[in-house]
Amino acid sequence: QCLIPWRMYPTTLISTRNSSSGILHDTLDRNSDSYTRNSKVMDELVSQLHSHILKVMEGGGPEAVKRHRSRNKLLPRERIDRLIDPGSSFLELCQLAGHELYQEPLPSGGIVIGIGTIHKRLCMLVANDSTVKGGSYFPITVKKHLRAQEIAAQCKLPCIYLVDSGGAFLPKQAEVFPDKENFGRIFYNQAVMSSEGIPQIALVLGSCTAGGAYIPAMADESVMVKGNGTIFLAGPPLVKAATGEEVSAEDLGGATVHCKTSGVSDYFAHDELHALAIGRDIVKNLHMAGGPEVSGQTRADYKEPLYDVKELRTVAPTDLKQPFDVRSIIARILDGSEFDEFKKLYGTTLVTGFGRICGQPVGILGNNGILFMESAQKGAHFIELCTQRNIPLIFLQNITGFMVGSKSEASGIAKAGAKMVMAVSCAKVPKITVVIGGSFGAGNYAMCGRAYSPNFMFFWPNARISVMGGPQAAGVLAQVEGITKRKRGIQWTKEEEEKFKAKVVEAYDREGSPYYATSRLWDDGIIDPADTRRILSLCISATLNRGPEATKYGVFRM
Amino acid sequence: TTPEIKSLNSQRIEKILIANRGEIACRIITTAKRLGIRTVAVYSDADRDSLHVKSADEAFRIGPPPARLSYLNSSAIIDVANKSGAQAIHPGYGFLSESADFAQLCENENLLFIGPPASAIRDMGDKSASKRIMGAAGVPLVPGYHGDEQDIDFMKLEADKIGYPILIKPTHGGGGKGMRIVQSPNEFADSFLGAQREAAASFGISTILLEKYITKPRHIEVQIFGDKQGNIIHLYERDCSVQRRHQKIIEEAPAPNVSSDFRSHLGQAAVSAAKAVNYHSAGTVEFIVDTQSGQFHFMEMNTRLQVEHPVTEMIVGQDLVEWQIRVANGEPLPLTQSEVPFSGHAFEARIYAENVPKGFLPATGVLHHYCPVTATSAVRVETGVEEGDTVSMHYDPMIAKLVVWGQDRLSALIKMKDCLSKFQVAGLPTNIDFIIKLASHRAFQNGEVETHFIERYKDDLFIDGSNPISAEKAESAAKHAASIVAACICQNELARLKDKAPGGLHLWYGNPPFRINHFAKRTVDLEWENQYSISGSNLLTVSITYLPDGKYLVETGESNSPGLEIQVTQLSNNDYRVEVDGLSLNVCLAAYSKDQIEHIHIWHGDSQHQFKQRMGLEIYDDEETIDKPARVATSYPSGTVIAPMAGLVVKVLVKDGEKVQEGQPVLVLEAMKMEHVVKAPANGYVSGLEIKVGQSVQDGVKLFALKD
Repeated sequence: QCLIPWRMYPTTLISTRNSSSGILHDTLDRNSDSYTRNSKVMDELVSQLHSHILKVMEGGGPEAVKRHRSRNKLLPRERIDRLIDPGSSFLELCQLAGHELYQEPLPSGGIVIGIGTIHKRLCMLVANDSTVKGGSYFPITVKKHLRAQEIAAQCKLPCIYLVDSGGAFLPKQAEVFPDKENFGRIFYNQAVMSSEGIPQIALVLGSCTAGGAYIPAMADESVMVKGNGTIFLAGPPLVKAATGEEVSAEDLGGATVHCKTSGVSDYFAHDELHALAIGRDIVKNLHMAGGPEVSGQTRADYKEPLYDVKELRTVAPTDLKQPFDVRSIIARILDGSEFDEFKKLYGTTLVTGFGRICGQPVGILGNNGILFMESAQKGAHFIELCTQRNIPLIFLQNITGFMVGSKSEASGIAKAGAKMVMAVSCAKVPKITVVIGGSFGAGNYAMCGRAYSPNFMFFWPNARISVMGGPQAAGVLAQVEGITKRKRGIQWTKEEEEKFKAKVVEAYDREGSPYYATSRLWDDGIIDPADTRRILSLCISATLNRGPEATKYGVFRM
Repeated sequence: TTPEIKSLNSQRIEKILIANRGEIACRIITTAKRLGIRTVAVYSDADRDSLHVKSADEAFRIGPPPARLSYLNSSAIIDVANKSGAQAIHPGYGFLSESADFAQLCENENLLFIGPPASAIRDMGDKSASKRIMGAAGVPLVPGYHGDEQDIDFMKLEADKIGYPILIKPTHGGGGKGMRIVQSPNEFADSFLGAQREAAASFGISTILLEKYITKPRHIEVQIFGDKQGNIIHLYERDCSVQRRHQKIIEEAPAPNVSSDFRSHLGQAAVSAAKAVNYHSAGTVEFIVDTQSGQFHFMEMNTRLQVEHPVTEMIVGQDLVEWQIRVANGEPLPLTQSEVPFSGHAFEARIYAENVPKGFLPATGVLHHYCPVTATSAVRVETGVEEGDTVSMHYDPMIAKLVVWGQDRLSALIKMKDCLSKFQVAGLPTNIDFIIKLASHRAFQNGEVETHFIERYKDDLFIDGSNPISAEKAESAAKHAASIVAACICQNELARLKDKAPGGLHLWYGNPPFRINHFAKRTVDLEWENQYSISGSNLLTVSITYLPDGKYLVETGESNSPGLEIQVTQLSNNDYRVEVDGLSLNVCLAAYSKDQIEHIHIWHGDSQHQFKQRMGLEIYDDEETIDKPARVATSYPSGTVIAPMAGLVVKVLVKDGEKVQEGQPVLVLEAMKMEHVVKAPANGYVSGLEIKVGQSVQDGVKLFALKD
């Protein structure tokens, strides 16, 4: 009777076959008090975030910007916009580095870093902001520059340095110059990446003095702008002091000298736009064998989540004591809200499973409460599964820690936790961590905290991070202090104790803030929860730029 | 009488050679095809790929681009006719259409010339002779002197008789050459001698005629048609008063503001004129109408199908080319005078490649974008070009004729203005905007047409650079257009990039482009040809913010305006639907690049704008990027050329003392198996060149010097 060939069946029939059976249901109660409260608090947090961002986007302030423009220079983000493919996305990282870190403001740490596409090739862009302290390197500037290089090395992204910097910030030279992860490491990284075949390209758009001179000099290819770009180990004043020679900056280390005579630079640019155009051409001509690695499993046609991603702003817990189901977040991150849960009934405080983000397969680990022995073992198992199959891991971190107490210790929770930490540490698949709530204690380790080198790590504005909660810490410290005082025979009134505790709580509160964290680069940025899916999709795409790597684990304690 | 077939010979035309190009060749081919007649086109090298060549069944090359070597080369055309087996030649208009010799040649070669008899062409070709004939036939003439006596004093007496102002005109030629208007007797002698000289130089014949100069004239012409049986009818008149540089821009039929009495008198006069020269086929009798006295006078007769014949076709519902073919076949006219229908009103606008602000100078260039309006029963587009074609300097710069018909004059006019605003041409300047302005002018709408219309209303028709209000209006309109252009560019770019992105990278080209915690922004620099400003072009910097809902927030300049929210839907390659502040409209964008500059045209609503965008970067040529031809040593006197490297002299190309041009090779050195040419760094004379072939030179030694 049926004469229709199989491919003539309505497409809906076929797509049902392809789609996952694990479509997550909408469990969000939009009429609840917590929904209203969460939305209100989160809206405030997000607008606070946006106003901080607006502030840093202004760079070193109107005066400095005006001076900068009068030299026919563009601001770092404008330079980046003209370097990347027009109308393409740019994943800026660590926007709030240096936020309230020093006596004086240091917007974005004086350097803009991020990932973008140039001629359809993903690149890491590193742009000094010379409107901020002349683009000089504060300790956090160095840290941010190194972070960009770390990501580039991990993802094998060509590096484009948009150099416009006075070099190390001399008053803080002790924190900038001598240590392993200090200024010198920038050039070390350039050399090592170059040796690994990761292109290093420098566009000299401003000054490049002293140590900074090595950025273009160490680059595979470099471009210099006539007039604005200078490279020298010592500027005219120092030269005069040292040798008595009087020479202008342009004659000492301008584009003409370096492109024609010294050979320090390779391309002569007449102005900044010309330099940026040459920069694009260099990337166009990289012709790296193989090109970007694209996972065979990536699908270009994918479904959006069934539920509004903007609701991520209200799903997130603003009161960390309130339990909530992490699946309502997963449902707003994954394609079609399809989540094939692994070991759903076992170790239920850790939710694990498979899905896709914008067509890219991922394995998700999300906290749904305290980690127990079972949940930790389940986590280790799931990570092993994903590394076997080269599936990137997404950690949705909201963890107060591992279960404590005698029962838990006796169950060998330390052993189980160690297994998960071992798995997380050794997993060579891309790892991305988003702190959606609390990040406390050893939970931070098991859920791929900063120390576990996730390829990317972001905070939601409601997140908190510390070794333990403020009140818990205050309790512990007050007990210790009480004992000490009692030993010395000092009376400690209840009032004094409360004051002591409040001080601890206040310090934990301040240091546990995501702004405190992001300012010190404990993450790659604070993000609007509503952007999580889009950011994760871009990050995964960036991590897939390199081919799969085999994972080898250490000794698991059984 | 019933139109019986009274063909003198049973042989009918089955194949026509069209001795023309462009739109008229295409026009003739269309009718021929409809009649099942095969067509033969001829072309010059410049037209090898043109539309008339593609449209014809066969096409033959007849020569190089200059018309006198191709489209005016009668023997080549006759050869092709014989070779191809065409029985008839249609000359179109221009070129050989009014050459009595060519008509005669066709006759001699036994080819049917689709047009009047050679004798009629000859009679009407000489303006003095034609006036004599017309005077004899009782056709009213402009008072004047058309005699052979050319003595200046005699002529001056004649001028006094006619009364000033007087028009002095050569008897031969046309196009306004040698014409002079004389306001008073004391100017007569100078103007007369000047006209004689110019006529002699241009036409080889210096005979002059005198005419009364009519101050406020209209140019009204009557379409007549005759058959070989001696029937002659008229197909009403056309008004072609609106002219620039003595060339028509807008023609219409019937003439506005004339009574039916006047119309029939005019028609009868035209028929008498045609009868006087035993006319057959299509012809036009031109009259000059004195709007002050209401009198009409014979001016001249055009013995061919006119450019503006379609307006007549539209109001009488006939195909004049078909009539021409039937008459050539020997068939009688299909209609008698009383049977000629008369319905509605028609306009023709001639769309030229020309530079209106520079005095309507003809323009040349490539039609990078060409999208005429869609033809309907009431809208005709007569064109001989396609997108990508070149309008060359060799021929007439007309791109197309837009012909519209309406129930009455105003409805036809409305239709014409609408069609013109949708007539898309990009790549070269056109007169479209000017015609729209002309057609929108109050006086034109009232039918107050006359030959000096453009001159009279020039303040309204041309841009007045000193008017601050219109300058401001024009600028704000340009900014609005630039905003839409910028939004469309962004939309188009997003679509294009996303399509081409490899593998998983398409995520990076999502709409809107992603930024963390802020919106992506960009600027688009558009250069606008500002006819109000002295510098000519204004740089409009348009800043675009990509809003999360896919719309664009577009801001222009530092003005305090809040910016426009624009939503763009791309319908096809060039077409967009754009929503700006609640107004939704169709927009068409065409872009092409020329000389490193992207030219962007936008048609939106009923306006059109044009912008330029710098593509990539300017080409620099200062010393850092260019390898100089040779080094000029600073330690030697200026002009000394030194050896760029050590090497063996293998060639010396100039002699000492010889004059050289900058960049000219002077000698050739060889080193490391490579030849290096030493070129002259400037123009001048070579001096002190003592080097011989075979000699070796050291790096930096003097080779020669250059002296002015």
